[in-house]
Amino acid sequence: MGRKRKDRLGALALLLPSAAAIGVFVYGFVGWTVRVSMSDWRGIMPDYTFIGFQNFMTLFQQDRFQTNMWNTLVFTVAFIIVCLLLGLLLAVLLDRSMRGEWLFRTIFLFPMAISFVVTGVVWRWLLNPVMEGTRLTGLNLLLHEIGLGALASPWHMHPTWGMLAIALAATWQLSGYVMALYLAGIRGIPEQLRESARVDGASEWQIYRRVVLPMLRPVTLGAVVILGHISLKIFDLIMAISPEGGRGFSVEVPAMNMWFTTFRGLRFGRGAAIAVILFVMVSLLVIPYLRYSLRREVER
Amino acid sequence: MRARRAFRQSWHYLLLAAAAAFFLMPVYVMLVTGLKPFAEVALPRMWHLPQQLSFDNFAAAFNVLSGNLFNSLLVAILGALGSAMLGSLNGYVLSKWRFRGSNFVFGAMLFGMFIPYQSVLIPLVRFMQEINLYGGLPGLILTHIVYGIPITTLIFRNYFATVPTEVVDSAQIDGAGVLGVYRYIMLPIAIPGFAVTIIWQFTQLWNDFLFAIALTEPRHWPVTVALQNLAGARVVEWNVQMAGALLAALPTVLVYIILGRYFLRGLMSGSLKG
Amino acid sequence: MRKLMVWLMVAGLLLSGSAIGWAADEDLTGTLEIVHWWTAGGEREAMDALYDVFRDRYPLVSLIDASISGGAGIAARAVLISRIVGGRPPGTFQVHAGAGTIDPYAEPGFLEPITFIYEEEGWVDVFPEPLLDMLRFDGEYWNVPVNIHRSNVLWYNSAIFEEHGLEPPATMDDFFDVAEELEAAGIIPLALGETWTVVHLLETVLLGTLGPEAYDGLWDGTTDWGSNEVRDALVYFDRMLDYVNPDFSALSWDEASGLVVDGDAAMNIMGDWAHGYFMAQGWTPGVEYGWQPTPGTAGAFQALSDTFVLPQDAPDRDVVVAWLRTVGTREAQDAFNPIKGSISARVDADRDAYDVYQESAMDDFAQDAIVPSLQHGAAASPEWMDDFISAVGSFVAHRDVDTLHNDLVASAEEALD
Repeated sequence: MGRKRKDRLGALALLLPSAAAIGVFVYGFVGWTVRVSMSDWRGIMPDYTFIGFQNFMTLFQQDRFQTNMWNTLVFTVAFIIVCLLLGLLLAVLLDRSMRGEWLFRTIFLFPMAISFVVTGVVWRWLLNPVMEGTRLTGLNLLLHEIGLGALASPWHMHPTWGMLAIALAATWQLSGYVMALYLAGIRGIPEQLRESARVDGASEWQIYRRVVLPMLRPVTLGAVVILGHISLKIFDLIMAISPEGGRGFSVEVPAMNMWFTTFRGLRFGRGAAIAVILFVMVSLLVIPYLRYSLRREVER
Repeated sequence: MRARRAFRQSWHYLLLAAAAAFFLMPVYVMLVTGLKPFAEVALPRMWHLPQQLSFDNFAAAFNVLSGNLFNSLLVAILGALGSAMLGSLNGYVLSKWRFRGSNFVFGAMLFGMFIPYQSVLIPLVRFMQEINLYGGLPGLILTHIVYGIPITTLIFRNYFATVPTEVVDSAQIDGAGVLGVYRYIMLPIAIPGFAVTIIWQFTQLWNDFLFAIALTEPRHWPVTVALQNLAGARVVEWNVQMAGALLAALPTVLVYIILGRYFLRGLMSGSLKG
Repeated sequence: MRKLMVWLMVAGLLLSGSAIGWAADEDLTGTLEIVHWWTAGGEREAMDALYDVFRDRYPLVSLIDASISGGAGIAARAVLISRIVGGRPPGTFQVHAGAGTIDPYAEPGFLEPITFIYEEEGWVDVFPEPLLDMLRFDGEYWNVPVNIHRSNVLWYNSAIFEEHGLEPPATMDDFFDVAEELEAAGIIPLALGETWTVVHLLETVLLGTLGPEAYDGLWDGTTDWGSNEVRDALVYFDRMLDYVNPDFSALSWDEASGLVVDGDAAMNIMGDWAHGYFMAQGWTPGVEYGWQPTPGTAGAFQALSDTFVLPQDAPDRDVVVAWLRTVGTREAQDAFNPIKGSISARVDADRDAYDVYQESAMDDFAQDAIVPSLQHGAAASPEWMDDFISAVGSFVAHRDVDTLHNDLVASAEEALD
């Protein structure tokens, strides 16, 4: 009995360094940010004068912040849906094609190995908004050369849908990861299940729809959470493609607004308020998922 | 029947090839630009192959970046190992030594993965300064290890969850303590988990820009920060810039090409499903 | 021959310098970390020239060059502020001269005044009065200017203007006439870049429409932002945006200047760092390209100046002071500026070291009305600037002059309150 107790304490002790570090680096720092978000700190000198939710009110009245939120919405929806569909499609194709799997898998997966700082520069070139004339370049030039000039687009300079162009770049970077998740998921499904469906006379298509897809649901859910939190926090990629957030903030997101508000405008209180709004949005996404998956585990 | 099958197969490959073209497009642009002499670099000619191959760009970029590549290597390797170690301990305790509120602790740790890092810069710098780790690589490595704990804990907890509890119990009956079970039972079977974790963390840390620029002094800068400075604010030598970008991306891409199969195998064992 | 003369002069300066007694401190030791954002072609070399001058004087001091670019120039600022608030300031850092940039550091006591260096070095007599006005805060000096840049310059492709028999526009009305003709000829009249270059354009239009005195008054509240004159300027600005390249805001400033080099665009309104860019492209000033004040701003010189400061509690303070003394010398300024493309902040610069554009800028600086630039931080507080950029950013997407006017009035009210 005494040994069991000792072991338990030992286990807790193993956990302690990490818990302490997370306590400081995550909760301590976030707590500090929350405090600043309710302060009137402007200028470089810290000033913790409490002003309640004033910074939040100011933000919600700003057109610019509303544009930021719209952009986040457009980006998140497009990015998640396209990543999931493309990732699933590629996974299914790879699952069905035996030869060359390693090559294709590597090609699809490698973009996630590269920093946004690196890829952003190339995407800035590719997304050049000139739509006609001698200065055509990037994707628009390519489209013209293959006879699809009508599809040329102002990309990230579009006032309402500019974020779709950013989503394109982000999809390039991360759909391979989703592909890998799905491929792992598909390969994890016992072959007997598929085989018995085949014996029952189901077509390959029906097998995917009836047997494989339902079993991939947890994978999809996990992917949504991972992609979702990346999209809420997206920063480096846009800063590299369009350091000032496009035309008329067409591709500015809250994380960038926070950066400029804090370090250009020196409005630390308001910048911290944006950070807190981001925390809340991320929590709304993550906490229900954590509760759900932990509970599911208990049921299992 | 066979004809139909062949038809379907070729259809698959056509789709896969189209997707591959999309994925390779930006790399093509980087490569051809990196190989052009400066005079040939112009936006309207970006899809053209170089008329004259110029490897000088790579030499020039390497000269500037070599020290920083070494810094990156140090940070990425030590940071990845450190966070993998802590993560495996946490994952082990949280999956095999459940206690009241262990799920809560797990959730609370995991949440650290989701915070927007730009918002913690100022307290982070102050804290590092207070514990006297500001400016050098140890501080940066520590920061990466700490912010790596959530994801590595997640990976290992899911991984160890697949190990039957009986194994742990029987080891305990044989007299192994908490650390003994970890050392002799868990660690040996955790190699695939470590592979995934280290690949993932190595890539993340190698590609970090924000913490590096905020926490280190110039001679300790990793390659991502130095790469930014290669571009500068004035006349950008795009060919050198692209060559530098390729150099900076090479190690992580190699990791994926060589170790990609382990990554996938790790995913299959259920560790990164989220 | 000319080289020999320069050498002789440098030698003479060194002699006179050591005669006063400040260059002799060869035993000074320590470490100096310099945070700045000059990383690219021309800037890098200029900074190296400055380092060489310093190393000659203080060979035992080790220099750490902490150049930080990226993130629209905000990255340097973010790092700097995190460090200053965290109590770990670098030895010295670069900052633009002017109320908007220096006050935020000086006011809360993050800087040490350096009026004593000004007195010992006699700088009050060698830096021009309008610059000294820009540098003074709370009766003290806080930073040493290393150069002067002019921001209200119109650059043009000489061949295009010649070919179409056009004169570069001196007034707003001229501008629209010329722009019409250029557009009819299939040439982009005005090259424009990302958002900050649009703000830059607007401030030159405000200056050109209101004149230097009223423009100056915008920043201290003596000129009414709600006036019809300001509105006229905004209407001009709006019309000008009809004559720019369709991919503006997607181009960096140098890519926009590149349109003029390539002959795609005829004109570019940009500070005279563009001069350095044109020369780097192999152009000769006065041959392939010409320049003049932006429309309506003849007789006014919109100035910005890069400076270095002495942070409170800076490590190795003696070394920092030595650096600041060096930066202010005629020798250092004449080594730095010819490469950087700017002019010396001192009135006694050696004209022979500078090129034809820089000589013209020196002449104008000596006689023109000197006004501050908003975009480059000299005119208004960071908060005001942030609001201003916000307003212009939204305008670029919606092109609604009334909203822009209202936004600018509101941000001025808040800032001057």
